[in-house]
Amino acid sequence: MNLLEVRNLHVEVNGRKILNGLELSVGRGSVHALMGPNGSGKSTLAHVLAGKEEYVVTQGQVLLDGEDILALPADERAARGLFLAFQYPFEIPGVATMTFLRTALNAQRKKRGEDEISTPEFLKRVREVAGKLGIEQEMLRRGVNVGFSGGEKKRNEILQMALLQPRLGVLDETDSGLDIDALKIVADGVNGLRSPERAFVVITHYQRLLNYIVPDVVHVLSRGRIVKTGDKQLALDLEATGYAQYQEEMA
Amino acid sequence: MSAEVRPIKTATETALATNFAAVKRALPGAAAVSALRDDAFRRFEAEGLPHRRVEEWKYTDLRAIMREAKPLAGVPDAAAKARAKDVLAQLPAIGARRVVFVDGAFVPDLSDLAHLETGLTISSLRQALAAGNRDLLTHLNHVVPTDDVAVALNTAFMGDGALIHVAQGAALAQPLHLVFVNAGREPAAVFVRSLVVIESGARAMLLESHVGSGTREDQVNAVLELKVGDDAHVDHIKITGEGAGAMHVSTLMAAVGAHARFNEFLFTTGGGVARNQAFVHFGGEGTIAGIRGASLLKGRQHADTTLVVDHAVANCTSREVFKSVLDEEARNVFQGKIIVRRHAQKTDAKMATHALLLSETAEADNKPELEIFADDVQCGHGATSGALDEDLLFYLKARGIPAKEAEALLIQAFVGEAVEGIEHAGLRDALIDHVIAWLAARG
Repeated sequence: MNLLEVRNLHVEVNGRKILNGLELSVGRGSVHALMGPNGSGKSTLAHVLAGKEEYVVTQGQVLLDGEDILALPADERAARGLFLAFQYPFEIPGVATMTFLRTALNAQRKKRGEDEISTPEFLKRVREVAGKLGIEQEMLRRGVNVGFSGGEKKRNEILQMALLQPRLGVLDETDSGLDIDALKIVADGVNGLRSPERAFVVITHYQRLLNYIVPDVVHVLSRGRIVKTGDKQLALDLEATGYAQYQEEMA
Repeated sequence: MSAEVRPIKTATETALATNFAAVKRALPGAAAVSALRDDAFRRFEAEGLPHRRVEEWKYTDLRAIMREAKPLAGVPDAAAKARAKDVLAQLPAIGARRVVFVDGAFVPDLSDLAHLETGLTISSLRQALAAGNRDLLTHLNHVVPTDDVAVALNTAFMGDGALIHVAQGAALAQPLHLVFVNAGREPAAVFVRSLVVIESGARAMLLESHVGSGTREDQVNAVLELKVGDDAHVDHIKITGEGAGAMHVSTLMAAVGAHARFNEFLFTTGGGVARNQAFVHFGGEGTIAGIRGASLLKGRQHADTTLVVDHAVANCTSREVFKSVLDEEARNVFQGKIIVRRHAQKTDAKMATHALLLSETAEADNKPELEIFADDVQCGHGATSGALDEDLLFYLKARGIPAKEAEALLIQAFVGEAVEGIEHAGLRDALIDHVIAWLAARG
């Protein structure tokens, strides 16, 4: 059984159809890249997977480990191991990053019937992960993402992912707004989490990120469905030819 | 022919007059005090209960709200003290010195009066009134003169309260906690009056809590006159925490001297109707004041914070930050007036008021007013009201935090911005605990 199965997914936002019978299978241990022009539905898919309520699923299924998660609220999906790294992580003034991380981790553990994490263990884990991502302790005492640069926000997303240890990581244009150094740090963070049990869906507009997070499968999304699937060579071809041919095929 | 205008009295106004006539001889104080009471009551009779056509009371129509006048609270008996003790046991321990009042009467045996710090005096207003204490009579009703009708009613009926003096240069290490508990057998009217004088250069932290159990329909009218001397540093935090059946009207009259630091915080989670008035007068230059507050309301609670900050002298700074969190059919009123007098140049005053509406039926009324007569000042105000940010909620939920917990985190952060302004860590933590308890009770 695949970790993620998206079957014939139709989604509307404010009455506008965004996804049109999308099909996607992601096996454990694999990295799938999802590419496509602006407005093709990449971010919509990411948000629907994570459980954003404004997105109305009119048809189809999303199976995580064979179980349909579409009826579950976002927090339940997270507890089952789904993680969305946001394209634009939000700032939450007044909620310290450490409080946020700890509340999230314990909420997930509680739902899975596990004990709360002890303070020393929690601090140790955060320090370890933050160190690898070059996130200073001082930043963790601030409000979530408050005063963070674009690159720091993205690193903070990876920090959360590393701490929460999801089974499926969905990265929504994590490369946008990153310079090459930050991109490498983020990619290293993701690569460090790759394991036979864990899978990733990496959404990106550009091929560049895929030099650092090398995908097993590349999909091209256009007008709400996958129009081509290939290996990492497909991403390189796209870089050369652009998305125009796929948009025309659909027209 | 009489020129006197006599408004038609409501049943409540008539009952208040009857009560006053019946009890005034038994109220503490000799001739001078009783003249003060008579004057005050005449003032009340001339105006009647404030109603919606009185601008300052526009949103809190006492004439309509007060359907009856409860009988004046009696001296607490053993049973009332026992009930009060239970209520006290539930208050968070914050290492403060407790001064306890039950049904408006000072109860030394529930208070912590041992080993008073040097320079600190605590006594009962009732005793001081009865003894004709000269210091008291000098200050009483004079700290910040007002013709407010609620204050007039308090002056007429005042029975007991705290009389606290902190001597020049004394720095109290321990916060003082004035606790007012309603615990009589029947709901009652309580008129408490306190006078706190902090002399120059002194440091004091004052917490004032008003509590009553369950659905008690008490009518509380509390007045605190607070004198903050030159170079003094004073924090005052007032918690309105009675049950949802109670009516609570309270007035702070604070006169602040030169080069002082004054932090006021009005925290309201209780009362069916709670009106908190604060009249703050700057009497000396170079003072910095923070006047902040938070109201957390649900059900059909109505809270009204009415502020008059009077920059009567130059070179003072004030920051006003008020937050309200409104659930179900609750309503919060904020009226904030900043006056900058003609000679109060270089005044720096900024007022912000923010309401967070958690339901479709909650209501927030914000009325900021700036009256500026000086020409070289920095003054501003801002008001917002809105719901919790859906994007932030989704972000938290996407990390595994359940909806209620995510809301609680955001609400705590929202209120936190005002609470952060409290300088004393112990008092700040005490308030945050209150916020957390309120959020937990929300379920």
